Amino acid sequence: MKLLVPVKRVVDYNVKIRVKPDGSGVELANVKMSMNPFDEIAIEEAVRLKEQGKATEIVAVSIGPAQAAETIRTALAMGADRGILVKTDATVEPLAVAKILKKLVEQESPQLVIMGKQAIDDDANQTGQMLAALLGWPQGTFAFKVALDTNTIDVTREVDGGLQTVSLTLPAIVTTDLRLNEPRYASLPNIMKAKKKPLDETTPETLGVDVAPRLKVVKTAEPGGRKAGVKVGSVAELVNKLKTEAGVL
Amino acid sequence: MTTLLIAEHDNAHLKDATHKALSAAAALGGSVHVLVAGNNAKAAADAASRLAGVEKVLLADNVAYEHQLAEPLAALIVSLAGPYDAILAPATTTGKNVLPRVAALLDVMQVSDITKVVSPDTFERPIYAGNAIQTVQATDPKKVITVRTAAFPAASEGGSAPIETVNPAADPQVSRFKGEEIAHTDRPELTSAKIIISGGRSLGSAENFTKYIEPIADKLGAAMGASRAAVDAGYAPNDWQVGQTGKVVAPDLYIAVGISGAIQHLAGMKDSKVIVAINKDEEAPIFQVADYGLVGDLFTILPELQEELTKAGH
Repeated sequence: MKLLVPVKRVVDYNVKIRVKPDGSGVELANVKMSMNPFDEIAIEEAVRLKEQGKATEIVAVSIGPAQAAETIRTALAMGADRGILVKTDATVEPLAVAKILKKLVEQESPQLVIMGKQAIDDDANQTGQMLAALLGWPQGTFAFKVALDTNTIDVTREVDGGLQTVSLTLPAIVTTDLRLNEPRYASLPNIMKAKKKPLDETTPETLGVDVAPRLKVVKTAEPGGRKAGVKVGSVAELVNKLKTEAGVL
Repeated sequence: MTTLLIAEHDNAHLKDATHKALSAAAALGGSVHVLVAGNNAKAAADAASRLAGVEKVLLADNVAYEHQLAEPLAALIVSLAGPYDAILAPATTTGKNVLPRVAALLDVMQVSDITKVVSPDTFERPIYAGNAIQTVQATDPKKVITVRTAAFPAASEGGSAPIETVNPAADPQVSRFKGEEIAHTDRPELTSAKIIISGGRSLGSAENFTKYIEPIADKLGAAMGASRAAVDAGYAPNDWQVGQTGKVVAPDLYIAVGISGAIQHLAGMKDSKVIVAINKDEEAPIFQVADYGLVGDLFTILPELQEELTKAGH
């Protein structure tokens, strides 16, 4: 069974981002970039399925600038077999990403697409659901556990009240939540080997997808700040302040 | 302008998330219809009809909608979408699951997790875990929007909208509900609680959550939450997680116990009205957003807090 895993290059999880003073966006120059953490979980899950003998090939895809090839190399070092870079310098919104991925799914015919539930830059949480819609496939979002069979996949999902398990007919889309697995670090030999794995390149234009944005970003601003309050000396003082000063007890 | 709001419910009850998303729907202007899709969901539809500002309730009552599976539910919403200018849902796990599917089927770019309606086509939404606020204008003729419920007040009751039954749409039949583990508790839900007490990894065990956090939650009628670290360590269930990728909450009072305050956690609670931080590390970033900070060992502070609350009549 072939698996397709989209991976996104985003500002590293540990970086405290800065809003540009002119309100035009977030400062991305000279900022450390990494693979979206949820996508690392997606790659890890795919590699485990391959190690269990349930998957035969893992194709990692990234949509972005030339440097997104590094993100694909990371996926290859973790265990993906080959990569496809859809090269563009434009900002590609989730709907357009889903359209590009649909074209690649039609070319590659995977039985399962595993992807992160959201990217930690735009926090949209849309692409997996949109890709499922465009393909007419079922979706197992926010996956906590997956059990892959020949024709079906059972996905246990993290939902507001607890967990829900759905059984999906393949082909299907799975989006990962935090506790699906703990991604491995790529070993040095695997990083070296990844450099030799095939990485193809295409563009949205070649695939015939219009990536013109549908959302116009009017401005980007700092969130309303919160000031540090006071330190209290005792529990009694705390309760007293919550009662009389804050009025919340 | 007419808006279709997708109700959040469990067939028997309408969830508070619906009341809050209704306030966002009302802010768009024009009339609001509420869709209750469920199985034996008349009670939830009745509750929706009593919300102030609802013009009409649509009830799709069919076994296919019992568990809110995305595939049949999206097909239903798309079948009803024609006359509506906007389709809204609260950004709960149900809304986040189904609405992007609807958006793609309508060829619309969704606006996720809005925190403010600037005008009927322009919205504010947080990006980068709330470290920046983006104002976006949606150019698609139809708007598909999820609403961050913590950012909107709950709509009040006082309406008496008519309930209209709508036909189910064809079920794509590619997904099936298999089971669920839902915690049944008398506590308020995290996303609608007035008071929340959350614990971090410093609690050290699930037993300590029960021993130290729970009695205070009981006294205050509070919901219990946790940091990602505490959930990952297995001290608290996953649905307690507050943060960028967990639940976003804005209670009147948020008590963070043994939580250092990673940006991903702050993203989930920094809009709380009053924040209390209890931590032994006085340099912990949580103190930078806390209104009241108490430095010390949580294992001595929490029993004291319990005692003081009793004295204060709780």
